[in-house]
Amino acid sequence: MIEIRIHGRGGQGNVVAAYVLATAAIEQGRYAQAFPAFGAERRGAPIAAFVRLAEEPIRRRCQIAHPAFVIIQDEALAALPDTLDGLRSEGAVVVNSGRDAGALSAAMGHTVYALPATRLSAEALGRPMPNTALLAAFITLTALVPLTGLKNALAQRFKGDVLARNLALIDQVAAATPAGVWKERVNATGA
Amino acid sequence: MRQALEGSQAIARAVALCRPQVVAAYPITPQTHIVENIAKLVADAQFQCEFVSVESEFSAASVVLGAACAGSRAYTASASQGIMLMSEVLYNIAGLRVPLVLTCANRAVSAPINIWNDQQDSMAVRDAGWLQLYCADNQEAVDTTIQAFRIAERCELPVMVCVDGFTLTHTLEPLELPSQEAVDAFLPPYAFSRALDPRAPLSLGTLVGPDYFTESRYLHHQAVLAAENEIIAAARDWSSISGRTSAPLIRIDGSDEATVGILTLGSVFGTLLDARDHYGGAPVKILHLRAFRPFPVEALRAATKGLSDLIVLERAISPGADGIVAAEVRSALMDADAPPRVHNFAAGLGGRDVPLTIYPRLLEAIGKPQPRMIPIDLDRDQWPAAADAQ
Amino acid sequence: MLRTQQPRFQGLDPGHRACQGCGQALAARLTLEAAGPDILLANATGCLEVFTTAWPESAWRVPYLHSVFANAAAVAAGMEAALKAQGKDVKVIALAGDGGTFDIGFQALSGMLERGHDVLFVCYDNEAYMNTGVQRSGSTPHAASTTTSPAGVARMGKRHLKKDILAIIAAHHIPYAATASVAYPADLRKKVRRALQVAGPSFLQVHSPCPLGWGHGSELSIEIARLAVQTGLFPLIELERGALVGAMPIRQIHPVTDYLKPQSRFRHLFAGDPRAREELAHLQALADHNIEAYGLRGEMPDGLDSEGADTVRRGGLRSA
Repeated sequence: MIEIRIHGRGGQGNVVAAYVLATAAIEQGRYAQAFPAFGAERRGAPIAAFVRLAEEPIRRRCQIAHPAFVIIQDEALAALPDTLDGLRSEGAVVVNSGRDAGALSAAMGHTVYALPATRLSAEALGRPMPNTALLAAFITLTALVPLTGLKNALAQRFKGDVLARNLALIDQVAAATPAGVWKERVNATGA
Repeated sequence: MRQALEGSQAIARAVALCRPQVVAAYPITPQTHIVENIAKLVADAQFQCEFVSVESEFSAASVVLGAACAGSRAYTASASQGIMLMSEVLYNIAGLRVPLVLTCANRAVSAPINIWNDQQDSMAVRDAGWLQLYCADNQEAVDTTIQAFRIAERCELPVMVCVDGFTLTHTLEPLELPSQEAVDAFLPPYAFSRALDPRAPLSLGTLVGPDYFTESRYLHHQAVLAAENEIIAAARDWSSISGRTSAPLIRIDGSDEATVGILTLGSVFGTLLDARDHYGGAPVKILHLRAFRPFPVEALRAATKGLSDLIVLERAISPGADGIVAAEVRSALMDADAPPRVHNFAAGLGGRDVPLTIYPRLLEAIGKPQPRMIPIDLDRDQWPAAADAQ
Repeated sequence: MLRTQQPRFQGLDPGHRACQGCGQALAARLTLEAAGPDILLANATGCLEVFTTAWPESAWRVPYLHSVFANAAAVAAGMEAALKAQGKDVKVIALAGDGGTFDIGFQALSGMLERGHDVLFVCYDNEAYMNTGVQRSGSTPHAASTTTSPAGVARMGKRHLKKDILAIIAAHHIPYAATASVAYPADLRKKVRRALQVAGPSFLQVHSPCPLGWGHGSELSIEIARLAVQTGLFPLIELERGALVGAMPIRQIHPVTDYLKPQSRFRHLFAGDPRAREELAHLQALADHNIEAYGLRGEMPDGLDSEGADTVRRGGLRSA
């Protein structure tokens, strides 16, 4: 079972990102679970969402204390103690940042992949919604689910021009991201 | 075919498959996604019903009562304060013996105000005369919702389907939804023996004095007890249609060699199963009490036979009288042959996360029997200094 | 056989347990005469429910549901939604006292009106909680003595005004709302029929004397009710979409004391207390205001319902 925690702010599509990632796995016939760290729905408030992916039914319903991967939608949240709390040493972070991954990695004490998802989404979608770009990068790095799974999952939630722009963004990010380089981490953390 | 669905979305679609003609609801966290999904199905013409967006939970319960008495299958959903506001009508619905289905998206009850999951709300109306079925996961919530309509209509009693708020309602997971044909085969069209009809006028809700009241209440009690048979039959028949087995009264997981058992209601069940696998050790039997009303005395005795210790893990408490479920479990087991010692703990009140680590803590705690219920996850760091001074 | 000989449909049978001279029982009977058999009733808790349904008997010849005190409008809304879903052309009537309308049932009533359910809500207004022993309600008139607004050394009865429920109902802009009185049965029946003809919610406030609570002889109910109208204290008006469309003119306007004096709930206003003069002046001012506001001063002979009281005296069954 692989456990992933997504940190973001209310209104950034945090829960949608978790649902989409789990949906992509379920569409492949695998098991997955996604749920928010439930809070009052205020825009801008720090919130977390959780995703579990597995090859067998998932029974536990507790929050994820020791994630294999953390996805951070807002770089500033990395400074909060909860964000990296419990992240496994062999795990890694995908963060929405325009800064150098090496410097971020040193600051966080974990392997980091950084991409300027806000800028990319603003350019591609016309809105600063970093979640699609971050998911595309994460999936490309880990190969946890095929990119088509992500695209199909998005197609269940969006349509028309919005969907088309998101799909194009996925291809753009995937092309710029080293494919499968975190596969070993998946194997190491998939207890 | 498993689909990726949020619990609330799946429950909404299960409700629609049951074809209620009237749905009335008032929004309250964490029930909102259920009724929003129903409203969307109606708006998209995927579900035909009179969707009545009322001005309070009190009216939500009243509208479905009126609808059911006027001959329509009806449904509502609520939680927490909404259940409290409904409570007068909930008693009334049950006493009138009206078939209805209500989803309770279980949530704590104020004060302190708290929007998160425990089961204080449904427990607070346990004596209202409704049947109460608790769901351990979202697949059970889907299947129980469908079964609930048949149970309600066959017994002429209302059924409350209790689904842990957020923990289930807001969790997306792979779920199987039945076909319309399957549900139609299981659930015949609504027919209420006392439906109001100008061609054969009846008076419902009449004044019953001391001469008849005791008999009326006792008959209601007998009807709730007898509903056990319909709960069992519904689970069996739905299983033969859906291909999924579901325990009607108590879900039991663990070997008969176990001498220790843990009994809970709802979504903590799965976490306990994983915890047992994770920590290993001596065999432990884990029980999910699906039917709380009627309280399945015989099934509980059978399920706990051979246990030396039974831990009852509560998601609600009765201040001044410990846990609610444990008291009933003790009462039910008192006359059993060699009943287990019953240990009473609460956990996960007001949405506190129930992690795997709760499992060893529970097993350890029974070594030092407590005279009274305590929350196993009580956090001394969160304890107000003033409380120690008392 | 008996039924076919009756001049009108009788939805509420005699033999129930209402007090002698009960205005509410008469009002309910008249309502059902006009409504006919194709209806469903939702009744709030109160005298009407208690005196008509003592198990194992029921005085109702129409489908009847009593749920709780506050929810008659919501139960009726549910019935209407169900009938709509079933495609049945059956009318729904909610019955409530003033407590179940002005006070505890008000929220459900407002919600039902706002949502536009095709329901007639009839309020039998006897101006206090009579079922529990004459406690003041939002409908109790100013200065009336009740068991929770008693007149005494320091108090002259209820200190607050009678809530203008019709104005609040009017603010919902429903198709039809009206007041009626048991002293004017033909007018009452006409308004019930009119209310049931409109599509959407309608509201009827029926002034219904309670000999016990108001403290007058049981034989005086009709006279008292008529005086409430003739003083201007209870104007008979009709509203469509919130706008005034009709008012019953008063041929001979009586001073409010004609209405107040026979009722022991106002006895303290006639006991020589110096404060009473002010209270009486206040009540007269309220009546005068109604007369002006609704244009009740009638020049024409009052041909509208002069037979009403006689009809009731003769036993209420009159060839129609």
